[in-house]
Amino acid sequence: MGSPRYFYNVAGKMIPWFAISFLLTLIAGIYYGLFVAPPDYQQGESYRIMYIHVPAAWMSMFIYMVMAAAGLISLVWRIKITEITIISSASVGASFTFLALVTGSLWGKPMWGTWWVWDARLTSELLLLFLYLGIIALYSAIEDKRVAARAISILALVGVVNIPIIHYSVEWWNTLHQTSSVTMTGKQAMSTSMLIPLLLMGISFKLYYGAVVLMRARAEVLERDRNTRWVRELVEGEMK
Amino acid sequence: MSTLSLTSAFTLLLKRDLVLAYRRRAELVNPLLFFVLVTAMFPLGIGNDPKLIQAVGPGVIWVAALLAALLSLDTMFRSDFDDGTLEQFMLSAHPISVLVLAKILAHWMITGLPLFIAAPLLAMMLNVPTDAIPTLMLTLVLGTPVLSLIGSVGVALTVGLRRGGVILSLLVLPLYVPVLIFATDAVKTSIVGIPTSAQISILAAMLVGSLVLAPLATAASLRISLS
Repeated sequence: MGSPRYFYNVAGKMIPWFAISFLLTLIAGIYYGLFVAPPDYQQGESYRIMYIHVPAAWMSMFIYMVMAAAGLISLVWRIKITEITIISSASVGASFTFLALVTGSLWGKPMWGTWWVWDARLTSELLLLFLYLGIIALYSAIEDKRVAARAISILALVGVVNIPIIHYSVEWWNTLHQTSSVTMTGKQAMSTSMLIPLLLMGISFKLYYGAVVLMRARAEVLERDRNTRWVRELVEGEMK
Repeated sequence: MSTLSLTSAFTLLLKRDLVLAYRRRAELVNPLLFFVLVTAMFPLGIGNDPKLIQAVGPGVIWVAALLAALLSLDTMFRSDFDDGTLEQFMLSAHPISVLVLAKILAHWMITGLPLFIAAPLLAMMLNVPTDAIPTLMLTLVLGTPVLSLIGSVGVALTVGLRRGGVILSLLVLPLYVPVLIFATDAVKTSIVGIPTSAQISILAAMLVGSLVLAPLATAASLRISLS
């Protein structure tokens, strides 16, 4: 599994499955979210941006956790593939964080009457974006990419301290932002007809991440192994 | 030399860093001067309404302390990296995390402690009530070591880079935020007259946590930067 060549081939076979199931869940999620789910009794139609905003915010934290786990694995066992996973995930994570911030701001205008408030959750999400950007900046600043990968592994692990702060900030400071509506246990605060499209979109975003991270990792594997025989054979095979 | 115990290695390193800093007294004053200057800029920028200054006072002092700490971080490993001392650390028989802790402690005594001593004066200038000044001092004494500890990881990761400065602030400032939030909240709460033991406890917990974890992360980062 650790071999780059094996990874390249397996990832290539997995990408179409991820991509197709992403598209199916995306279409179903958007259809249910925009046409089937009833309007909210307080927020009217404008709550529907939630179907992008909430899954994007979930992804922003999920991807960081994946990166921290991959960082731990690559520091302990020095596996090339997990090193590549970190940097391949970073820009996807940063994009999702940015998306969550932008959609949150667009949602905030009709609901709170302002684009931005210095609420704990928004602020933490902004900080998460900075953490992602720091990882990307550090990786690009270090010339030797294997050294760079280990440096960002440590940075991801150090930054993971910030994730619980993001998560519990709602309970700690609890200002303008509404508290989390989806819980694993206990009574749901949301009706099932609204919840189904949200979960569909959540799954869809995860599948998207899976497809994109595999594509990026494949490209990264090729670049790192560009001087090896299997890559040369691969390229020569394509040329014929 | 092979019989040098860990404690004496620690104290020797601490002494060495303090002596080196004392020999370069001009540099020693810089972070403090920066701290005072930044704090003095705020009333000039926001107007001289005493109530307004009091409201932003604790935050201004803490943001200035944050920036002063950030400014001085680069000196922590820079000269040792340039002349190869760090590589000698790597070869030493003692755990690098302990040696690193000595350097962090020295760095805090050089840059954090002066801020702590100057803070009451600045607090007076910013109309912070005298009753709240002990809380401010307490947050500084608990918080500024955390800044040095967390900062050491960032410096260790960027010490080998030619233009590490901007990246360092990008890496470190987001991690400073919890300290900033709880410290300023403690001071503001004490101005109103409400007990602040909760915030102080959290700051103390952050200090203990970073004291344990940061030297390990810094040692690992240094090893990567030197590879």
